[in-house]
Amino acid sequence: MTLLLLAHLLVAAVILTALRSRPRLAAFLGIGVLLASATTTALLSARPTQATESWEWIGELGLRIDLALDGMATLMVLVISLLGAIVLWYSINYFSDHVAYVRFVGIFVIFAGAMSGLVMSADLFTMFVFWELTSVCSFLLIGMNDESASARASALRALLVTGAGGLCLLAGVTLFQIAAGTSSFTELAAQSPSGTLITVAALLALVGAFTKSAQFPFHFWLPGAMSAPTPVSAYLHSATMVKAGIVLIARLAPIVGHDDIWRWTIVLAGGTTMVFGGVRAMRQTDAKLLLAHSTVSQLGFLTILMGLGVPGATYAGVAHLLAHAVFKAGLFLSVGIVDHASGTRDIRKLSGVGRSMPVVAWLTGLSAASMAGLIPLFGFATKEKALVALLDADEKVGLVAQVALGFVVAGSVLSVAYSVRLMRGLFGTKPGIEPTPIHHPSWWGLVIPMSLTVVGSVFAGLMASSIGKWLDSPAQALDSKAYGKLALWPGINTAFLLSVGVILIGAFVARLIPTQPWRNPIKISGENIFQYLYDGLITTAKRITRVTQSGSLLAYNAVVVLVIIFVLAAALLAGTDSGVTELTFADSFFQFIVVLLACAFTFGIAFTQQRFVAALLLGGLGFACAVIFVMFGAPDLALTQILVETLIIVVFLFVLRQLPRTFAHKNKFAPRSIRIAIATTLGVLVALFTVMVSGARTAPTTGDEYTTLALPEGGGRNVVNVILVDFRGVDTLGEITVLAVAAVGVANLVHMANRRRRPGGPEHVESNTSEGVPQ
Amino acid sequence: MKTMRSVILDEADRWLFPVVLLVSVYLTFRGHNAPGGGFIGGLVASAAFVLRYLTGRHREDPIYEVFRPHTILGAGMLVSTITALAPLFFGDSLLESHIWKWKIPVFGELKIVSSTFFDLGVYILVIGVVLSILVALGIDQDENEDNPNEAPA
Repeated sequence: MTLLLLAHLLVAAVILTALRSRPRLAAFLGIGVLLASATTTALLSARPTQATESWEWIGELGLRIDLALDGMATLMVLVISLLGAIVLWYSINYFSDHVAYVRFVGIFVIFAGAMSGLVMSADLFTMFVFWELTSVCSFLLIGMNDESASARASALRALLVTGAGGLCLLAGVTLFQIAAGTSSFTELAAQSPSGTLITVAALLALVGAFTKSAQFPFHFWLPGAMSAPTPVSAYLHSATMVKAGIVLIARLAPIVGHDDIWRWTIVLAGGTTMVFGGVRAMRQTDAKLLLAHSTVSQLGFLTILMGLGVPGATYAGVAHLLAHAVFKAGLFLSVGIVDHASGTRDIRKLSGVGRSMPVVAWLTGLSAASMAGLIPLFGFATKEKALVALLDADEKVGLVAQVALGFVVAGSVLSVAYSVRLMRGLFGTKPGIEPTPIHHPSWWGLVIPMSLTVVGSVFAGLMASSIGKWLDSPAQALDSKAYGKLALWPGINTAFLLSVGVILIGAFVARLIPTQPWRNPIKISGENIFQYLYDGLITTAKRITRVTQSGSLLAYNAVVVLVIIFVLAAALLAGTDSGVTELTFADSFFQFIVVLLACAFTFGIAFTQQRFVAALLLGGLGFACAVIFVMFGAPDLALTQILVETLIIVVFLFVLRQLPRTFAHKNKFAPRSIRIAIATTLGVLVALFTVMVSGARTAPTTGDEYTTLALPEGGGRNVVNVILVDFRGVDTLGEITVLAVAAVGVANLVHMANRRRRPGGPEHVESNTSEGVPQ
Repeated sequence: MKTMRSVILDEADRWLFPVVLLVSVYLTFRGHNAPGGGFIGGLVASAAFVLRYLTGRHREDPIYEVFRPHTILGAGMLVSTITALAPLFFGDSLLESHIWKWKIPVFGELKIVSSTFFDLGVYILVIGVVLSILVALGIDQDENEDNPNEAPA
């Protein structure tokens, strides 16, 4: 299994690097790896023992990568790779830009791999890793059209929402680990833990699942993600991304499903999503947006079924998951075909398309019928099962099940209505509108892959009882008591009568609602709230930045110096006996002279008016220090000091070219007297501190150890150098990284300043000349 | 800065440039046993480039055409990082030193410590740092002053 996941990654790497100019080959390679994944999974699942793999990841934390190919994983991997292959096939003829297409195929394959990993995860932490990977991939896919501002905005929004959810999930997963001592699904299910901590953990995980699966109130990113190309939408909304949350809920339900808070959260959030999504779908005039809202609605349905933690509902959930993946992929591909053929997706403009493309219309009709839950399609069998399960659950879980049933019935009415709206909008002939001109789509490229999904819906519907038997295994992987039967003709019972009622009312509702968009009665939407929070965050960040990053060198210096003064003063006041008994005035006459010289330079710097003179004197001070280093027997240090001082003078020359010749001494915020006071205090404190510290050492120095080890261990006689490149080599590595970053930063800053100064460019920034001594 | 060219500085640069570079390499390699090392060597080499810039002869210097300073910077980083990481592939810890000794006829024993390569990376990186500052603050600004309507590339 690990190999399978790595194969996705490898193929993606090959596609992204080597096949940039060979889009067809890239697509075939992608289809190949997806089909291989499906075949391997089918073969592995046919074995009597369940395939599991476990790798040590971070041993100290006890983290492992645990994969298990149970029934649920098998079902999902098959859906992911087969639908993925169909969508890829379809996409070959959909894109025109080759470079973008190859990138699409590459990310698509990684996405399929990440999603397969997610469903195979047998452990919460493992799942989290793949979870985040799918978030990143979906960001890249939604934002594929990177020149469109709205596509970038939607991609960012999707990433922020799912990323925030991901953080909640991580917190939840960690809490599970803390409260139950394990993060493995099977061990957690065996413990069946409870308690406040577990409830909190479960709710946090639910927030993650809700953001990913676009549940109320986080549903808004999904319709926004429609700015992605249609094949991306088809895949994201049928088999992958949004199903991740459903899979997580399904895996957690057997563990925490008995909790009432969990149950109510699931039913209320899922139910609201199901009904609101349906209502919103009825308002859309863009066929793709209509489908997006229908996806939101269907996801609400799946959330209820999977999350209720009732065996029958879990079984129905698994079945409907499959049904939804198949019909929704088909519907998106159909919309793509109509869009491709007519150049529009607006159902107010399309007219007479059904007459000019009868085959596409019929095939789409079958998918839509499956979505509406009509006999003899698969969607009917699964929805029927769901109704039966919810009717039965009433005895076991009481009121929650009745509320859930209410939501599901209302949502189903709407799903019939929006299926009708979609079909009539796409293919109907509208009075007063000219028939839309059509150029016929490629059969092999677009229609055949789409029809495969329709065949899936019809075939699964006709074979409902045998498919139903096969679905026992995925359902039991989630809940050992979950089994059931699917039937094409269940006989006349309560659920069947409900279904008939739902279809009739749905059709009536569809008649009632006009094609024109009607006004939204509710003003507050998740999208607005998100935008409000997002804007608020950015504004606050800007305000804080404006206060803390004023751009004044004087202010920065003041903060740094005052902090140092504060810390030093506190240390000196708190410090006990320093241990310094006597201070030597000077070791030699020469030393005294050098220090005197250094003092003279310092006074010079403080009193000169010329920037250039100050820079030269600063260099002189540096050389004086170097001489002192030599006297104390540190030639390496002295050599470095001399070289650095020399180069710094040159750098000063560069900088001074851009600055006024003399210092500006007037500043209303910091008059001269205050600056002198602060500088003097700092100087005195540093000097005092240095003296105190020199006598305060209690631990032995590491110097002796390094000196003895330098030759045998580091192979060198120069201890300083051996320390730099060997003993403390990691420090050096860090330092040179900082150097490199600083150099690149300087180059870029100067480059930016040059650009601003160019005539015609933005206003040239006012240079701040009120700072004190340049550093 | 192109208006005043000093003949003395020009001549000094002509002779000193290669000598200083040679010294910088010498300092780098002897660093393991005597004062010197990659950082010091790199600074000395940089001083040679700065001198060349001050004479104005850098315009004829092919190094700015062949390598961009950032390339040198990256190369140094790469050499150091690879040397630091290499021991990990042999099961040792990060930056673990390895000492090779060869007997070479006539010259005697040659001893190479793996950390020399690390130091070499530092040497290259320091040159890259100084050159990129030189280009950003010096050369590009000169060109700006020469023809203010064109931005440096």
